[in-house]
Amino acid sequence: MPTITYAQALNDALREEMKIDPRVFLMGEDIGHHGGIFRVTKDLFDEFGADRVRDTPISESSFVGLGIGAAMAGMRPVVELLFMDFALVAADQIVNQAAKLRYMSGGMVSVPIVIRAQQGGGRGNGAQHSQSFESWLAQVPGLIVVAPSTPADAKGLLKSSIRAGNPVVFIEHKLLYNTKGEVPEDDYAIPIGKAEIKRDGRDLTIVSYSRTLLLALEAAEILSQKGIEAEVIDLRTIEPLDMDTILESIRGTGRLLVVHEAHSNCGLGAEIITRVGEQAPDRLIGPARRLGAKHVPIPVAEPLENAVLPQTDDIVRAVEAMF
Amino acid sequence: MPLTTERLQDAYRQMLVIRKFEEAIRNLYQAGKIRGSFHPCVGQEATAVGGCWALRPDDYMTCTYRGHGQAIAKGLSVRAAMAEMLGKVTGCSKGKGGSMHFTDPSVGLLGANAIVAAGVPHAAGAALASQLQKKDTVALAFFGEGAVNQGVFLESLNLAVIWKLPLILVCENNLYSEMTPSHETTSVVETHKRASSFGFKSIQIDGNDIETVYDAVEQAATRARDGGGPTYIEAMTYRLWGHMMGDPEVYRTKKEVVKARENEPILRLGRQLLKLGCEDADLSRLAEEAEAIITDALQFAESSPLPEPADAFTDVFI
Repeated sequence: MPTITYAQALNDALREEMKIDPRVFLMGEDIGHHGGIFRVTKDLFDEFGADRVRDTPISESSFVGLGIGAAMAGMRPVVELLFMDFALVAADQIVNQAAKLRYMSGGMVSVPIVIRAQQGGGRGNGAQHSQSFESWLAQVPGLIVVAPSTPADAKGLLKSSIRAGNPVVFIEHKLLYNTKGEVPEDDYAIPIGKAEIKRDGRDLTIVSYSRTLLLALEAAEILSQKGIEAEVIDLRTIEPLDMDTILESIRGTGRLLVVHEAHSNCGLGAEIITRVGEQAPDRLIGPARRLGAKHVPIPVAEPLENAVLPQTDDIVRAVEAMF
Repeated sequence: MPLTTERLQDAYRQMLVIRKFEEAIRNLYQAGKIRGSFHPCVGQEATAVGGCWALRPDDYMTCTYRGHGQAIAKGLSVRAAMAEMLGKVTGCSKGKGGSMHFTDPSVGLLGANAIVAAGVPHAAGAALASQLQKKDTVALAFFGEGAVNQGVFLESLNLAVIWKLPLILVCENNLYSEMTPSHETTSVVETHKRASSFGFKSIQIDGNDIETVYDAVEQAATRARDGGGPTYIEAMTYRLWGHMMGDPEVYRTKKEVVKARENEPILRLGRQLLKLGCEDADLSRLAEEAEAIITDALQFAESSPLPEPADAFTDVFI
């Protein structure tokens, strides 16, 4: 299997789906001539032309809205938001429109749109370019939310998202684009709603996704040297949530830590831990824990940003406190 | 091609169906049988029928919560619309959408919307789909002048022009944004001037004259099909009833409404038909036919079953 970057894996997924399906087209800021600020749409403009790789004005609300209209009229738009933070500019179209049009029509229309965006911090981009919104998005019935952590998952999940026929918010992370991994060459897709155990372990379960999944794996290696073997689950899909994989894992480990870069307050960690409490309260031998961003906006200076966002060391310390 | 006298008679009946639909809803509302809010389109029937009848069945249309008339004029079943108002399983959205979300893609109706300008980019997107699919279908968005101050409306104007979309924007300017006179809240209240400043072909017309509306939309549709790009039509009209049920209408005088009634579109089309040689008996017959359609729809809706609680959990995803 070739080793490629996360950005290249996404680029390959887009190219392959555009070749297979003439309904697929792309819209977004600077995605055409420029190829996207993170090069995800590199060369696609030359290959597919200006009709199918459309540079938009800086008008998130309307180009997401146009994507929704085109989707209802038989197309398969993949719309890129330059930063996830700009989803709030298009919030009406994502939350009130894309997520609800099918339901409000009693199933008469469908909205097969994929909204891609990179989120998260770690580069000093500041409070309006570093947020993580998966908990907000997962709270909206009618949206599928995915957040792959590896190049292979990114490619396979983007292909599934384009084929899903439903509105999907596809979450990338700005610090994942240059990470590398092996990606199968054949046409494959990763099913939406299936988590994956990325590391086996007997002592506790760490649930994470997107970039913090990589930090969790780093932490697991450090912990291993200290005699603690962590099982690391990569959710891959945020909504619908694969609780089965989590519940099965904690049957063996008895301990659970959820790690995400989004703010802890009212976040996915709270949701997962609540569901464990509801569905399998007797499987835990100690209190479940969560680790997320602390409750302030994301600052720029490195020591400040590192103090707010969960780091590998924070994961190690959180785990050690559980034993 | 202008509407023939025969088609104008059909249009008169259709406008009366819409008027009587809203009157029936008001009665049901007052009887406590309608859940949620109801935003009547009484007085705006010419834009609905003239606009939709100038389109083909496969052309796309979006509208707002004041869109009962437009949805029916585009081809939504009156029975399904009435049943939806009563929350019945036979409604166009099986009771999940209600008054503000009439949808029927089989007649090109992509949906009425409860956010006043949100349907504008949807129509533009459907127009973009037509362009990408190399079809000659066009899309029309109805909205009120109250929508022109939402950001997405202005953004969509820009995109429609730069992408030369086969799009027709029909602004029903009924003078009031919800319960506030629009001239108090809008910088350029003649909204067609805003559109022309974006590069739209843009006109202002008498929106209470169905023939004028029909001709304007037909020309815009032809232009759009021929690759000529988008057209903006500001149709001047008047909302004879309030913004919604329970609106105390403190923003206008009774005298103003009485005066507006002299210019309302159904009365005007009736006068026009008499001029064209129809007789009072013809108009009465058309009114009876319209009444029969509403009676039938009411009977259908009233006798239809309510949805089951379990139905709440279907139709989220495909």
